[in-house]
Amino acid sequence: MKITVQEVGYVAHLARLDMEEDEKETFTSQLNNILQYMEILNGVDTEGVQPMTHAISQSNVFREDEEGKSIGVERALANAPDGDMGFFGVPRIIE
Amino acid sequence: MEPNRLTIHELQKRFKNGSLTSSAITESVYRQIASVEERVHAYITLTEEIAMEQAREADRRIQEGNGEALTGIPIALKDVLCTQGARTTCGSRFLENFIPPYDATVVKNLKEAGAVFVGKTNMDEFAMGSSTETSCFGITRNPWDLERIPGGSSGGSAAAVAADECIASLGTDTGGSIRQPAALCSVVGLKPTYGRVSRFGLVAFASSLDQIGPITKDVEDCAIMLNVIAGHDPADSTSVPAEVPDYRVFIGRDIRGCTIGIPREYFVEGIDPEIRVAIDRTITTLERLGARCRDISLPHAEYCIAAYYIIAPSEASSNLARYDGVRYGFRAPDAENLLNMYKKTRSSGFGAEVKRRIMIGTYSLSSGYYDAYYKKASQVRALIRQDFDTAFTQCDVILAPATPTPAFRIGEKIDDPLQMYLYDIFTLSANLAGIPGISVPCGFTEGGLPIGIQFMASHFEEGKLLQIASAYEKNSEHEKRIPDL
Repeated sequence: MKITVQEVGYVAHLARLDMEEDEKETFTSQLNNILQYMEILNGVDTEGVQPMTHAISQSNVFREDEEGKSIGVERALANAPDGDMGFFGVPRIIE
Repeated sequence: MEPNRLTIHELQKRFKNGSLTSSAITESVYRQIASVEERVHAYITLTEEIAMEQAREADRRIQEGNGEALTGIPIALKDVLCTQGARTTCGSRFLENFIPPYDATVVKNLKEAGAVFVGKTNMDEFAMGSSTETSCFGITRNPWDLERIPGGSSGGSAAAVAADECIASLGTDTGGSIRQPAALCSVVGLKPTYGRVSRFGLVAFASSLDQIGPITKDVEDCAIMLNVIAGHDPADSTSVPAEVPDYRVFIGRDIRGCTIGIPREYFVEGIDPEIRVAIDRTITTLERLGARCRDISLPHAEYCIAAYYIIAPSEASSNLARYDGVRYGFRAPDAENLLNMYKKTRSSGFGAEVKRRIMIGTYSLSSGYYDAYYKKASQVRALIRQDFDTAFTQCDVILAPATPTPAFRIGEKIDDPLQMYLYDIFTLSANLAGIPGISVPCGFTEGGLPIGIQFMASHFEEGKLLQIASAYEKNSEHEKRIPDL
């Protein structure tokens, strides 16, 4: 077993997902199956190989720190589930 | 022939000589939609009113002699591309009511080129899938066999072109999502080099792999579309400020002396015998045209799937953290506190495949596993890219199958995620290496299912792909057919 039901529960918490017990069990078996397959990578000698993070070689892209056009408060809030007061509203944070 | 069967370049001739108008072709596209869409279900949203208005405007421009590259051409957009004022769902309940406040750069490009937008096409949820079965808006069916999948994740875009429900479309390709459905639906699909086309306004899945590209009825149309969408965009710092050639000049060019590499690792096992036969026939055609085919090696080919299915979910788990129910999209009601709101929202807003990828990605990136999974996969990715760099010192393009088998049956792989992932075996490597790839129809199985052939070239060598693909298309001996809908 690469991953246990408890670990699946923990990873789900990290990913901010709630899971019922039966869902956790399905995921545990599927993830084990998938992670087992990933073992194949252990057969590759990667000693000293620089990890590749970009598909093409890139350098930093800079621009002048000048104010550009923005979409404005009204349009920025137009899709918010709770944006009536000119802010993004969320449930209580401090008990 | 119904005008909706025509290609972009054929329509342009008819617009020019006045034998057809954009309004007429747009109406004919919607007539086709009315007659077949119930069976195919290629679209999530149709924008007929806007399209007819755009078509009338196009007709005015054509009459004035002010037509641009795509003036009056009905085009469909994968529903992962932001369209200002028209909802963009990504095939997810999460974004069911999301109305983007801006256009993606490619959408802006197409608008400026005069395109008419037919609608937004169906896709796997957040582009995660190989069959368009994970869409929250129902499955798309393959126009060649309604019991089979059209491929994915750009299944709607490929099916819409194959069923003549648009003239051309845009898809996106993170691991094969343009080339694979194009192959399964007998249309042409091109994934450009990473950085060739701006990703601004493309809802992100895996940012180091995603690329937008055309799905068209023939190779020339593919070049026309690429001309419009390619180029640097200051809004996407990963788009490359390199010169964009006129891709149309590669159409019809001689391929005598071109060297085509056949990677021996791709032809070991697992390819459907009928696909094998079609590929051999393609090789014969290309040799007859004067190309030289030679054996090459991509030694790390067998590690592509494992590397990809660590890297793509890792990037996805990070990208999809934005769906928190705060700024846009779905929010679950009745949460007691913020943490509870996040969890409830994400658990009910995402489908199973998206959750699975978020879980794989979060696990791969988590403390204690990062080196064993994400870092290891990124190192293997470097080796995979090196393989291609070496191969392209020995050949101009690489020939490969697009898929291991023809389109599978709806439901066949949906309960076995690993089997679904393995289906992407021939397309993932181009995304990992960042190179361009094209899929072109190369025949049918005895049962009448389309087969596609794939060509890959070195970075920014889309021209070579179009040259080989168009030469093959013009001289291929397989029968031309239209789906019986």
